[in-house]
Amino acid sequence: MIELQLQKRQGDFSLDLHLEMESGTLVALFGPSGAGKSTSLRCLAGLAVPDDGHLRVDGETWFERASGINLPAQKRQVGYMFQDYALFPNMTVRGNLEFALRKGSDKKRVDTLIEMMELGELRHRKPDTLSGGQKQRVALARALVSEPRLLLLDEPLSALDPAIRQRLQDELLSLQRHFGLTTIMVSHDVSEVFKLAHQVLVMEHGRMVRQGSPAEVFIASHGDVSGKFRFTGEVLAIEALDVVFSVAVLVGNQVVRVIATASEAARLRIGSKVMLFSKAFNPMLQVVD
Amino acid sequence: MNFMGYDWQPLLLTFKLASVTTLILGLVGIPVAWWLATTRVRFKPVMEALVSMPLVLPPSVLGFYLLLAFSPQQGFGRFLESTVGLRLAFSFEGLVVASVIFSFPFLVHPVQSGFQNLPGSLTEAAYTLGKSRWQTFLRVLLPNIKPSLLAGVVLAFAHTIGEFGVVLMIGGNLPNETRVASIAIYDEVESLNYATANFYALVLFAVCFAILLMVYVLNKRYMRAL
Repeated sequence: MIELQLQKRQGDFSLDLHLEMESGTLVALFGPSGAGKSTSLRCLAGLAVPDDGHLRVDGETWFERASGINLPAQKRQVGYMFQDYALFPNMTVRGNLEFALRKGSDKKRVDTLIEMMELGELRHRKPDTLSGGQKQRVALARALVSEPRLLLLDEPLSALDPAIRQRLQDELLSLQRHFGLTTIMVSHDVSEVFKLAHQVLVMEHGRMVRQGSPAEVFIASHGDVSGKFRFTGEVLAIEALDVVFSVAVLVGNQVVRVIATASEAARLRIGSKVMLFSKAFNPMLQVVD
Repeated sequence: MNFMGYDWQPLLLTFKLASVTTLILGLVGIPVAWWLATTRVRFKPVMEALVSMPLVLPPSVLGFYLLLAFSPQQGFGRFLESTVGLRLAFSFEGLVVASVIFSFPFLVHPVQSGFQNLPGSLTEAAYTLGKSRWQTFLRVLLPNIKPSLLAGVVLAFAHTIGEFGVVLMIGGNLPNETRVASIAIYDEVESLNYATANFYALVLFAVCFAILLMVYVLNKRYMRAL
């Protein structure tokens, strides 16, 4: 169980965050850059000091302004995965993992993780010779060596291309569930949040604007719960078929083909902004008594 | 000490001075460089300006003030002589102290920029892995700025070899004590011993070239190894 309430001011920007999360769950911090997500992680890790508030992890106080408690980063036992991975260039993959061992911890843990994360072939390589996806796996393995009580991931997959990203999301998911890791992850990828998070916290300008399960937050977030099928997109191509036209529309990063009549197509240009919606009439039932 | 008909003493003294100076500079300068690279105190520009002063100050100015400070007639010099029995004016120890001050920016600048170019996340990552500041410094920061360390150490060493003005001001020309090669060259030329002057000059030229060559070769290899 993590109870967190913190405030921090930096110039014009002020951060105000409160959160309660169960052990073993994954919470995503979601929002545009500059919303205070990374600062929140840094406060949790002890790399930045909040101006006010408290942080308790499994009943143990890590930070409490009122009583002046502020556990240093070294004693918090968090696994922190940095956006740039922060692998030590002077050490091999194995060296990076061994460096993370704490006094008296079991060296076998390193071997286990190397095996689990399939780093065996890379173990004697230096970080600069690894690809982005490999670095990401090493960074995650290193964060797990000390058996962290809290795992903090700062946009873990943002620098990777979609295919590798998908694979690593699966890996991250199985690791998180396997070890029952209490995890807080910064992300601005909706599909990633859907896939990984139990709970999502939407932040804007340092404040939490919405909180709930990914489904609650993203699907029902526009006030009306009509579940309407409606997207905005951009016309990429218009192609004449026999009597109708096929229009390619870019929605998000997906290309969708839609059939249009000649009169509809006449009003479209490549680059037009369009709304894509379904007119299908489907009555729904809801119990009222 | 004679070999091949030349007195090698000034050359040996030069390299002894450069070695001792570089050693002390390493012990003092690297922590200072780290502090300058990481501190956020408001008077940091003042400290940086002070460290850089030897770059622009005429050696005679520095030498003059050091001579005043070291003089047994003055407060600091008298204090040193009465407490630890150390006389810095016209002595090898004095040369070492002056060289450390004079070569300070040559070591501190490259090392400081080496520290500054390391991503801050390396330090933070080490902290979250439970490592103290000291462990982080020794095992993460220092090993990752090797090229800067090498550049700093070599520049400081080579610059001490090339020192002339400060040595002349506070060391004079005492054989076996303060008569380093650069002074000896000047002295031999004054006495019209061009052959001896040429010998010292040639050795210094060759050594300095060899040292710099080594730095560039090593740095190239190090970059390739990354």
